[in-house]
Amino acid sequence: MNITDFKYEEIIHRCFRCGYCKFPVNWMDVNNCPAYARYRMETYSCGGRLWLTRAWLTDAIQWSDHLAHILYSCTSCKNCEIKCPLGINVDIINMIRAAKGIMVEKGRIPKEARDFLENIQVHGNPYGIPKSKRGDWMGATSLEIYKNQEYLYHVGCVGSHDTRVQEAARKLGRVLQRGGVSFGVLGRDERCDGNEVKNMGEEALFEMMAQENIARFNKLGVKKIVTLSPHSYNALKNDYPLYGSNFEILHYTRLLLNLIEKDRLHLNVNIPVKVTFHDPCFLGRWNSEYDAPRRILAAIPGVKLVEMERSRENALCCGGGGGNFCMDLLGGSPDSSARRRVREALATGVAILAVACPKCLTILEDAVKVEGLDDRLIVKDIAEIVDEACGTT
Amino acid sequence: MRSASSPQEGGNPTDIYQALIDIVGADHVSNRQEELYIYSWDLGTTEPHRPDWVVSPRTPEEIQKIIFLANVNKIPVIPLGGGLSLAGLAVPFRGGILLDLKRMDTIIEVNDRARYALLECGVSQGQLTSYLERRFPGLTHSEPGAPPAATVAGNVAIHGQGDLGHPYGFNSDMVNGLEVVLPTGEICRFGACSIGAKWFTQHPLPDVGIFLGWTGTTGIITKISLRLFPRKKIRGTAIFVVDNEEQVPDVFHRITHTQMAEDIVAFSQTIPPYASGLQHFTINLAADSDKELEFKQELIFDDALGDYIRRGDGGYLGFTRGLQHPQISKTADWRKGGGFEYVGSIMPVSQYPECYRRGREISERHGIPYTVLGRCIGAAHAMMFSWTYAFNRADQETMRHAKDAMHETDELALKLGGTIWKPGLYGQSLVMSRLDPNTLTLMKKLKQLLDPNGIMNPGNWEVP
Repeated sequence: MNITDFKYEEIIHRCFRCGYCKFPVNWMDVNNCPAYARYRMETYSCGGRLWLTRAWLTDAIQWSDHLAHILYSCTSCKNCEIKCPLGINVDIINMIRAAKGIMVEKGRIPKEARDFLENIQVHGNPYGIPKSKRGDWMGATSLEIYKNQEYLYHVGCVGSHDTRVQEAARKLGRVLQRGGVSFGVLGRDERCDGNEVKNMGEEALFEMMAQENIARFNKLGVKKIVTLSPHSYNALKNDYPLYGSNFEILHYTRLLLNLIEKDRLHLNVNIPVKVTFHDPCFLGRWNSEYDAPRRILAAIPGVKLVEMERSRENALCCGGGGGNFCMDLLGGSPDSSARRRVREALATGVAILAVACPKCLTILEDAVKVEGLDDRLIVKDIAEIVDEACGTT
Repeated sequence: MRSASSPQEGGNPTDIYQALIDIVGADHVSNRQEELYIYSWDLGTTEPHRPDWVVSPRTPEEIQKIIFLANVNKIPVIPLGGGLSLAGLAVPFRGGILLDLKRMDTIIEVNDRARYALLECGVSQGQLTSYLERRFPGLTHSEPGAPPAATVAGNVAIHGQGDLGHPYGFNSDMVNGLEVVLPTGEICRFGACSIGAKWFTQHPLPDVGIFLGWTGTTGIITKISLRLFPRKKIRGTAIFVVDNEEQVPDVFHRITHTQMAEDIVAFSQTIPPYASGLQHFTINLAADSDKELEFKQELIFDDALGDYIRRGDGGYLGFTRGLQHPQISKTADWRKGGGFEYVGSIMPVSQYPECYRRGREISERHGIPYTVLGRCIGAAHAMMFSWTYAFNRADQETMRHAKDAMHETDELALKLGGTIWKPGLYGQSLVMSRLDPNTLTLMKKLKQLLDPNGIMNPGNWEVP
């Protein structure tokens, strides 16, 4: 390897490994980096990854499956960037992403990552499900295919293919209909937005996906897009403009809040329940949207919002970013961040753990089951809670 | 990088690896290059040395089994807390088992009335600070200047000091009790806890204080009871400045005489330029009311330091409410190189002027902007004086300069009549070359008695 070819050669050695990156702002737990929380070895901390990357690029160590596992266990949750006190903080994820990119170029990535990317390339989703089934989630709904409506409702891979999230995707569609939103979906013609692909270091594939999606949207005359997933929201809002897109992008929570505040969505049903909200990384830390989900929950009659000790920019990632919702490099232990997170939610005394992200929904629901908390804690997407409050179930 | 050493005697590495897995589980043992590489490094200038295994235990009993295994096979064991001493105190100089203790991070008890916290050894400073702020807002501990990832036990074990150093002394003076796994594997408790009582006092049982300052060479601390102190509703920092370093000892003396401050630190540094050549004091004050705060400010700045201000020899630059938690200094990265190291010394306060001048000379000789700091301990009984040297981790020449400056400063600290705080191997050798021979012999006997196989953090405090 030659470190002079590495884009971040000038700064990667500046990580001191002071460890701020492991904490939330209030320092309550050293386990706010999901990979470090899971493995508790310095190698899996942000600083460890940066030092190992530099060691690899300077031939102090050699590539190995374990090194690839360490790098790909990073979920791109951005906790490190927010907590690092040094000037290099804005490029921490860029450095990890660039290191993954070199592994991609050399074809030396974890098998799970290779499968993920191959499935994206072949099937347009990480699960390897045929493209033709992408629209199956719509089922018997009355959702319309996009044709010059005001909004394109982009469902994303997890919403399209995961049976649990399909339910949430359908309910969001129903809520949007109740709110009188003019929108359509692409159904079987929708393709992956590529947010994870970029964070897994496959920049070229991401670029191709972005350009194809932009061309597709432009051909259809799309002007506004509302997303189910914060990951999609992030890619469409922050990355696609680099490839010439000019769409108005909303995460659904902001759109629902607008509908509620303009009295276009009537939350008639009283739901007397305590709820806590888990901030998705790509909504919160990546896009600073902390208020919309909370204001929606506050507007639902009967709902009492209780905050977890780690919330907003301090939230513990569920462990699903960077492709890990599918690769699952962080699972298999009580120390997995998803299991830590549901225990933290339970400690607040709530009955519902609300999320606003398909990946969080699946991962945290699985964690509830593994922890044996099914009868004490229910994971619901905010769209589902709003749907219930609208009286449509 | 020096390559990993083989275990000194006996023991098939594969069998030992499997035995370690049997003890702590496969997730918490590694003999892979990545862990061996990362744990070979201190964050300062100490040359890296690879361990043979990295192990992250969860309980004292697991540590006990590891120690038994290490003794049978005569394998070095190196305990690691936050790894932030910057002095190379947990570098596996002779390979062996590196014990990362940070998984043992439970806050077992906070006793509000007796004001102590019982902690596992991996509890970090940040974790304890945050826990007290959220659950026991009337209590605080003496928080050192280290990053929040530094462990409480690690800091105490190296005789650290914190932001209550003026009223209450060294953090190691705040220990109410310890649980230690001895180098031969026995789990022992010291203090009132050893007779089954609460962990509220270390005294008046026979003193067996042989685990602090020994850099993990006499045992592995697994639990610690730490004294907590009242936390006032208002806390903040006043700034006072003088332009003559000769005045600093007197200012320390006057402020400590009032007994009104929580923390008194004098510092001077090249960056930012306004600080260069001046001696700034940060004086932490705490009060439960504005009236109490005004009273304390009057005693310090009107009465104790009033004539400095009236003569124009010193200036009061204001009081800011709210304490800043320790931040890694931006000046530490002034070379854009991600590295710094410092020599800490425990020094008579009267030596501040000389420490400042000589430290500045060393820094300038090595082309490093100077950063010096003196924190008052007790009623000016001593100060922790530090000289900081930044380096660029990607530039060997700057690392060499920093290392040379560190060695010169180690010698300076002793020459000026102080002792080196948490000395690295070079500093340890300097200290031992000056130690009273009978003391040195006692140290050697103690180590041989406690650690007959010499497995504990070898290289450190090795009496010739």
